[in-house]
Amino acid sequence: MPSKSEYSRLLNRTIEALLPLLAVPVALIIGAVLIYALGVNPFQAYGTLFQGAFGNVSGFTQSLVKATPLLLVGLGVTIAFRGGVINIGGEGQLIVGALAATAFSIGFSELPRIILLPLTLLVAALSGAVWGGVPGVLKARLGVNEILSTVMMNAIALQLSNYLLRGPMIDPAEIERGTQIAQSDLLPQAAWLSRLMPRTLLHSGAILAVVMAVLVYIFLWRTTIGYRIRAVGLNPDAARYAGIPVQFYQALSLILGGAFAGLAGGVEVSGVHHRMMEGLSGGYGFSGIVAALFGKLHPLGAIPASVLFGGLLVGADRMQRATQVPSALITVLLGLVVLFVVSSEIWARRRARRRETRG
Amino acid sequence: MAELFTLPVLLGIIYSGIRLATPYLYAAIGETFAQRSGVLNLGVDGIMLMGAYTGFYVAMKTGNLFLGLMGAAIAGLLMGLLMSVVSVTLQAEQGISGIGLNLFGLGLSTLLFKVTLGGVESIRGFQPIRIPLLGQIPYLGDIFFNHNLLVYGAFLLVPLANFVLNKTTFGLKVRAVGQNPQAADTLGVNIVLIRYTTVCLGGILAGIAGASLSLALINLFQENMTSGMGFIAVALVYFGGWRPWGVMGGALLFSFVNALQLWVQVKGINIPSDIAVMMPYILTIVALTLSGRRARQPQALTKPFERGEN
Repeated sequence: MPSKSEYSRLLNRTIEALLPLLAVPVALIIGAVLIYALGVNPFQAYGTLFQGAFGNVSGFTQSLVKATPLLLVGLGVTIAFRGGVINIGGEGQLIVGALAATAFSIGFSELPRIILLPLTLLVAALSGAVWGGVPGVLKARLGVNEILSTVMMNAIALQLSNYLLRGPMIDPAEIERGTQIAQSDLLPQAAWLSRLMPRTLLHSGAILAVVMAVLVYIFLWRTTIGYRIRAVGLNPDAARYAGIPVQFYQALSLILGGAFAGLAGGVEVSGVHHRMMEGLSGGYGFSGIVAALFGKLHPLGAIPASVLFGGLLVGADRMQRATQVPSALITVLLGLVVLFVVSSEIWARRRARRRETRG
Repeated sequence: MAELFTLPVLLGIIYSGIRLATPYLYAAIGETFAQRSGVLNLGVDGIMLMGAYTGFYVAMKTGNLFLGLMGAAIAGLLMGLLMSVVSVTLQAEQGISGIGLNLFGLGLSTLLFKVTLGGVESIRGFQPIRIPLLGQIPYLGDIFFNHNLLVYGAFLLVPLANFVLNKTTFGLKVRAVGQNPQAADTLGVNIVLIRYTTVCLGGILAGIAGASLSLALINLFQENMTSGMGFIAVALVYFGGWRPWGVMGGALLFSFVNALQLWVQVKGINIPSDIAVMMPYILTIVALTLSGRRARQPQALTKPFERGEN
């Protein structure tokens, strides 16, 4: 017979595991109050939202399409956070990755598909890595706060993109037509990710993202480098005593984080739009952070989390059309989810501390 | 190139630099208080948006700019309170909770804007007031003493904040809590109260910073109209070495570069405008790099306080 204290310990542990998961329902309830205050029936609004996101094939595939960049950005965020650095630069890294993928594949369009497609995605990841590497090196070498530098790199990437898409990289057809829409030429077909279902946007990038999630899991938990990144994140002082070059691994986790966000950008142009355009990033850099946190900073946990938030983004558009509730509601919910998840960690920490003192 | 730097142009750049510094000053001075007490509030941008919206909406509906300003301050206070609960009481990771607060503020201000106002409308905001006598000084009068009320307020805030931080008991407590909370706690300083106060004060000032955009600088509200200004404000606190005068120097430098950049665009000089817009951000990174290895950083910054730890 388990004793009373064992029961309570079990109960505590269950609560601890479930608390972060409660973030979404609680956020939805607060959202419902908000919807009600707008004079709309919350059940009807959420009904259209979830019906739109998961209720039929077209909605569900669209949710998966949105989940793909979320997952890739989320993986990058996961690596960075596990390494104890906060990467808020996903947005900029994604933009730079998308720009580089576009420029590269158009420049080398005569290459055969089997070389061009992987190289295009690789170039996207590398450029994202460079964009994340600048804050990484600045942090490692000069102690520059990476939160602030990644935010600045976002702004710089956005302006770079505006400049390139209105100037050097603009679609020649846009100039001919005189419409001047800020978008690039189409990527050569050889650089397109294949579509998985007819009449949907679902593309093989979704599979790539899931494979990446598994690889990141293996990397973080089954390799020495991954182990060191986690050690640095858990306790930098202890890691330093153990002879791990802390700064190097902090920079590395920002570089790797950038690589995944850059890859997300490459996958977006190559899988969905087939060209770089203004607004392509669509806030994925930030919602990817939410997906990573809600996935408990576990690469595999990020998979269902991205599908959930991808669905919310898709459903929000339908909800807006059907009920006049602005889709900005989802941004409110994302913010609340982050606040709840980070707040709920206090119970886990308290318990860990009690365990420590008990000996 | 010679044409760029005529006297009227220089005066114009200085004038708009001072004007543009306003929102950064309010937000960054508020953030200075929070950080000096050990709390990194990264949600400034979201708070500014809520302040900008609330200020605009209230001013629009009541026709009274001061009521709008008060509304912005209250919205900022509530956001600051939320941040305090999360980061002080619940001891959440401050960088990440700031991101949460930003998303929340961005989403809520956009949602309320779409529901209550819908389209873009502009308002007759705070008008420049020429200060008697001082305003008559040639050149200097135009540059320094012909601004709207919020600009004067922002620059008066700097010596005031400096005084409060360095010359009052409250300021001493704030600095102690940010430097060595354990010691402050032993001496009977209420750490939770101090941090709530500074974060809420930061919230109020960030709300006013938002209103200074929607009621004085741009005179309208738009979705995500701050576009990251709150993050710059946080960076300015680092750059200014956590001291109000330093923060003011940073805000002015940043705004002068911005004003110069705008001028270059207007004159159609041969720099692509998007590249010019980049300059302030690159400058911020350079400034962060130069401001060195956290020499003056409050020791307890980003560290939640729990009695009996360490």
